[in-house]
Amino acid sequence: MLEIENLYLEVDGRPVLKGLDLRIEKGECHVLLGPNGSGKTSLLLGILGFPRYLVTGGRIVFKGDDIDDLTTAERVKLGMGIAFQNPPVIRGIRLGDMVGLCRGDKSGEITDETRVLAKKLHFTEEFLERDVNAGFSGGEIKRSEILQLMAQDPDFVMLDEPDSGVDIENMELVGDMIGELLHRKELPSKRTASGLIITHLATISGYVDVDWAHVMLGGRIACSGNPDQVIREVMEGGYEKCVKECQETQNQILRNIL
Amino acid sequence: MREGVSGDAEPDIEKYTLKSEKHDEKDLHTIADEYEKSFLSVGYDPDESERSGSFLQLDHSVMCSKVLQEGVEVMSTTDALLKYPWLSQYWWRAVAAEKDIYTRQVDRKQTHGYFLRTLPGVKTTFPLQSCLFIGQEGLSQNVHNIIIAEEGSELHIITGCSVAHKVRSALHLGVSEFYVKKNAKITFTMIHNWAPEIEVRPRSGIIVEENGVFISNYISMSPVKDLQMYPVVYCRKNARATSQSIVYASDDSKIDIGSKMVLDGENSRAEVVSRSVATDRADVTARGILVGAAPNVKAHLECIGLMLSDVARIHSVPELEATVEDATLSHEAAVGRISEEEIAYLAARGLSEEEAAGAIVRGFLNVDIKGLPAALGEEVRRMIRMSADAL
Ligand SMILES: Nc1ncnc2c1ncn2[C@@H]1O[C@H](COP(=O)(O)OP(=O)(O)OP(=O)(O)O)[C@@H](O)[C@H]1O
Ligand SMILES: [Mg+2]
Repeated sequence: MLEIENLYLEVDGRPVLKGLDLRIEKGECHVLLGPNGSGKTSLLLGILGFPRYLVTGGRIVFKGDDIDDLTTAERVKLGMGIAFQNPPVIRGIRLGDMVGLCRGDKSGEITDETRVLAKKLHFTEEFLERDVNAGFSGGEIKRSEILQLMAQDPDFVMLDEPDSGVDIENMELVGDMIGELLHRKELPSKRTASGLIITHLATISGYVDVDWAHVMLGGRIACSGNPDQVIREVMEGGYEKCVKECQETQNQILRNIL
Repeated sequence: MREGVSGDAEPDIEKYTLKSEKHDEKDLHTIADEYEKSFLSVGYDPDESERSGSFLQLDHSVMCSKVLQEGVEVMSTTDALLKYPWLSQYWWRAVAAEKDIYTRQVDRKQTHGYFLRTLPGVKTTFPLQSCLFIGQEGLSQNVHNIIIAEEGSELHIITGCSVAHKVRSALHLGVSEFYVKKNAKITFTMIHNWAPEIEVRPRSGIIVEENGVFISNYISMSPVKDLQMYPVVYCRKNARATSQSIVYASDDSKIDIGSKMVLDGENSRAEVVSRSVATDRADVTARGILVGAAPNVKAHLECIGLMLSDVARIHSVPELEATVEDATLSHEAAVGRISEEEIAYLAARGLSEEEAAGAIVRGFLNVDIKGLPAALGEEVRRMIRMSADAL
């Protein structure tokens, strides 16, 4: 689905990613951990081709093609989708309109389909009339982002901290919906959607089963592995320690091979 | 009243003719067919479904003045003055005849205009519609309108001004005087659909008596050479007034509009909301003055501009003036371009840059129109959406 090779990325002229490698296969769900400011959000926005996130080296291959030349909209049309960490307020566009736009419906009417989906995410009809993100609470933003993703139904789903600031009941709901987006109820071979989920406390891994975990440090993926193990090491010893242990294991394996 | 930006050329009223061919009322249907699209685009429905009356003036000829609900009066101001001698008391009471060259011209060389009135206690179920239309090249149309909602009545008006496609240049002078009596309500929705060489000078005054309500919605989405208007609303005791305007200025349009709310009755309230978009080389001045001149008055002004071009200009002029201690007046004004972040957000949902910008502009113009009867509100929203979609 997605192959990132030796990626260098600058944000407004400032180097953020420095030789990042990441590979996500069809049907897989990956989580990405890493300290504040390490470049996790930048990675997602770079994958989407946001204007100020400039690839200065390496490449991003999506569904077999280098997507360097494509605009954000074109990448989205190829099947990418994102739930933002801090989305802007869009005045004059109602959440209900936005959900329609995600589905490719530009009529400006709030359809029954939209209402059904909104109900699933515990939004009232009145809520759909509100301007996108205007005065939404933290938890409402998360659900609204996921609502839009579900209307879009992309093959590659990026979620930037879907579990931050979400209460326990909503967490269950968010987990179920992400599971649905990523076809987690299907047999692994039947899953056609893949996911990359940024998380700090890995709360989401208690609600969605995850195939891989990565730690970002120094602008690279410094450690990858079994999610239970990686998450446990990060939670117990912090990022640096996890990365160190990861490298030791790797060296061990390399030694055994040679 | 300021006469535009200093140094700017004012329309030369002598350039336009006052000689107009007389149109025969019998030709109403032919005319309605010919201009149906233009009429509909400014809210005038020749079929008159869901209307409680109609007034249509083409150039200097009144083509139609029709009442469809009891207790409502619709006629030309000329006829009204003949019918009601008392009407002269309402002449030049809300607007001064000597205010400027345009009011003077209308005073001396008036070419009809409409008289709309609801009798005491009468509430219009459907809106009254009116349309002032110019079909003759080089014409000066000088209308004087009088609108009266008698005590306890409710009058909803949708009115449009436009020109025939073949007309390149013309001048529209329109004096409108509104009288909202005690406990009465007027909602006035005005749609302008001019053309790049038309000059327009409306002059309006509105007197809202005790407990009265006045709601004005103004929409202009097409180019115009030079448009300047500055209605003044006087709010007496407990009166409420709202003015909302939505302007999309393109080409070389020069538009200078705003509202002045004079709160001279205690406990009165007013709100001004102005949204303007300037693109191409358009020049927009968005004004608003709130005058708090009586105890316990409250008013708010919101003036927001969106710039879509580097050579356009938006000049926002919010002014607050209090002459009593306990007046609460506030304003917010902002002018800016479309935020890159918003475009990117919509791009992440699959919209191209143009589509995203279009959606944001439409959203910006999609002001929540309040205070209208449900069906009319829906109609106005639909019209805003349609004209925004056509941009
Ligand atoms: N638009 C921007 N302009 C300037 N600097 C930016 C911009 N976006 C990101 N950065 C910088 O790039 C670095 C990486 O930021 P990014 O948001 O990717 O981190 P993150 O890993 O998502 O952090 P967090 O866990 O706090 O969300 C930070 O130092 C940040 O300040
Ligand atoms: Mg982040």
